[in-house]
Amino acid sequence: MPIEKFITLTSTCVPLPIENVDTDQIVPARFLKATTREGFGENLFRDWRYDKSGKPRQDFVLNNGRHTGQILLTGKNFGSGSSREHAAWAIKDFGFKVVVSSFFADIFRNNSLNNGLLTVQVSEEFLARLFESVEADPSTRVKVDLENQEISVLPDGPREKFDINSYKKNCLLNGYDDIDYLMSMRDEIMEWEKKME
Amino acid sequence: MTKTIFDKIWDRHVVKSIPDGPDVLYIDRHFIHEVTSPQAFGGLRQRNAEVFHPEKTIATADHNVPTIDQHLTIHEELSRVQVEKLKTNCLENDIELYGLNHPYNGIVHVIGPELGITQPGMTIVCGDSHTSTHGAFGSIAFGIGTSEVEMVLASQCLMQPKPKSMRINVEGVLQEGVTSKDIILYIISQISTGGATGYFVEYAGSAIRNLSMEARMTICNMSIEMGARGGLIAPDETTFEYIRGREYAPAGSEWQKKVEFWRALPSDPGAEFDKELHFDAAGIEPMITYGTNPGMGTGISGMIPSLEEIDNASRNSFLKSLEYMDFYPGEKMIGKKVDYVFMGSCTNGRIEDLRSFSSFVKGKKKAEDVIEWIVPGSKQVEKQAEEEGIKQALEAAGFEMRQPGCSACLAMNEDKIPEGKYAVSTSNRNFEGRQGPGARTMLASPLTAAATAITGRVTDPRTFL
Repeated sequence: MPIEKFITLTSTCVPLPIENVDTDQIVPARFLKATTREGFGENLFRDWRYDKSGKPRQDFVLNNGRHTGQILLTGKNFGSGSSREHAAWAIKDFGFKVVVSSFFADIFRNNSLNNGLLTVQVSEEFLARLFESVEADPSTRVKVDLENQEISVLPDGPREKFDINSYKKNCLLNGYDDIDYLMSMRDEIMEWEKKME
Repeated sequence: MTKTIFDKIWDRHVVKSIPDGPDVLYIDRHFIHEVTSPQAFGGLRQRNAEVFHPEKTIATADHNVPTIDQHLTIHEELSRVQVEKLKTNCLENDIELYGLNHPYNGIVHVIGPELGITQPGMTIVCGDSHTSTHGAFGSIAFGIGTSEVEMVLASQCLMQPKPKSMRINVEGVLQEGVTSKDIILYIISQISTGGATGYFVEYAGSAIRNLSMEARMTICNMSIEMGARGGLIAPDETTFEYIRGREYAPAGSEWQKKVEFWRALPSDPGAEFDKELHFDAAGIEPMITYGTNPGMGTGISGMIPSLEEIDNASRNSFLKSLEYMDFYPGEKMIGKKVDYVFMGSCTNGRIEDLRSFSSFVKGKKKAEDVIEWIVPGSKQVEKQAEEEGIKQALEAAGFEMRQPGCSACLAMNEDKIPEGKYAVSTSNRNFEGRQGPGARTMLASPLTAAATAITGRVTDPRTFL
C-alpha cells in the first residue's frame, strides 16, 4: 500500500514556540480509544485548543485565525514521550504535511515518516529566524524541498539544508512503504532464520 | 575488535543492511496491547496478509482496563471495544492473549519479565515507549509505533537505523531511603528530557550492579524519558537467578547453554561508546519533580530553580510549566500539599515496590485527606501481595489495593486525578494532563510516595528512617 508522496511543499506556517511538546499534548491518552487511523485531527492539541467545556481557546494558535498553513513550526524536542503513532496521525489528519523543529524525539520522527509526514530538523538559529518571520508576517511562505533537502523562506529569506537518511527520503519521494518492502523479504527472512537456528 | 553488549545483540539480529539506510532487524519477542495494535491488524487485513510468526507475539490488556470489578463487563464503551478487538484479533491470528482476568494478565512490561519471556540477548519490541524496561535483562528492547507493530506482525522484522551508544556509569553506594527510581530521576534531571535522544544507553557501575532485577527495571523503564531509544544493563548472576524457574525460562540442559551464551554478552573491556557519563550514587537524594516533564526534578530537600537559572530560550516553556503546576520559581518542594498518591505502573508496580511501600506505612496511618490508589502491576503481583500479607498490612494502615493495570499512570480508564489536584505518583510521566485533564503530577519513588501518603504533604522519606 503506497504512502502519500512528498516532493516539495510551499505553504504558510503555524508557529508553536514551545519546547518539549510531548505526545500526550499532541493527543491526550483518553482520545486513543479508536480502532482506526482516521479522525484524530479533531483532538490535536486537545487540552491546549479547547477549554474543559469544549469551547475553543481563542489564545491558542490553531484557533486565533492569525496563522494557517500546512507547516507546523515547533520548539525543540518535539514529540517526546509516548510512542503513540496517533500523534503523527492527528497532525497529518489536521492538515499538516511538515513539522519543523530544532530537535525531534526518535519514535515520533519514525512514526511521522512512516505516515508521509515530513519532519525537518533545522538549527536553533534558523528556527528562531523562522519563528520571527512567521510571527511578524503570518503570510510568510516557506518552501520545503525534499529532493534538494532545503528549507527556505520565500522569496529570498534565509535558507538551510536539512538531513534525512537517504532510504527514507527515497521512500517519501516515491511513496514506498516499509511494510510492503518487508513482506517482499519474507523468503529471505526465513532463510536467515534457518541459518541462525 | 571490542564490542559493546548493544553491538553484540544488534549485529546478530541484522537480517540485511540497506546501503546508506536502516538495518532490517529481526525481532525475537513482540508484545502487544489493546491501544496501539488494532490499526496494525487492520492494516494487515487490508493487505490480505497473515501474521508471519504468531508464536512470537504475546498480548495483554492493560492500558484502559478498570482496576475495580474486573470480573464485570468493562463499563466504558470505547475501552470495552478496544479490549474486545484485541481478543478477536488474537483469536483470528492465533496469538497468545493474557486478557483481563487471566492469571497472567497485567501491565505488559511487568508480565514479560515475571513470566520469563524476557531474556538476555533478545530483541524485544512493543507499541509502548516503556518497552525499554526489558533492557534490564541485557536485551535490546524499545518502543515502536503502530506502523512498526504492523511491520513486526507482517515480517518479524523492523527497519531501524542503528542508534549511537552511550554508557551511563553510576558508582558508589546509595544513601538509605534512596532507590533506583531516584537514580533515574536524578540522571534525567541532569541531562534533560532530550539528553539521550538518538542514543541507546547502557547503565553500568557498582551502584547499578548492586540493584535487584526489579530495581534495574525501574531504571531501564525511564530511559525513554531522557529521549533514549532504549536502555540496558548487562546480565549477571542477579539476572540469571531472577529468570531461573520462571514459566518460559529455559530448563534442563537448555538452561546451561543459555547461561553460557548470556555470560558472553557484556560489553568487552575497552569497548567504545559515542558518549560516556559518570554519576556519584552517594550524592543522590530522594527525588521529586516540580514541572511538566520528567527532566524537571530536584532532590527533595531542594528548590524549584529560580528564573535566573534557566536559559533565556527556555524560560517561556519553564514558566508555562510552573503556571500549570501553580508553583513558583525558587519555592521549596517539601511540605507542599498533596491530594492523591498513586502507587503502581510499569515503573514501580512490582512486588518489591509494594513491599517497600507497605513496610514503610506499617504501623502508621494514611493521612485522612489523601486519596490513594495502589495498583499492582499484574495478577501475579496481586496474588503474591496477598500471600505475603502486604494487602492486609496496607489495609491496616488505611490503604486499599486495587486490581492490576496501567491505571492512573496515563488515566485511560476511570482512574483520573481531578483537575487542579496534586498527585505524588510512582509512575513515569508528569506531562500536562497525563493523569487526567488538569491533573498536577509530581513523580517520586515508592518510599517518597509512602511518606507523602502518611503526612499529606511532600515528605522526605529519610525523616522517618
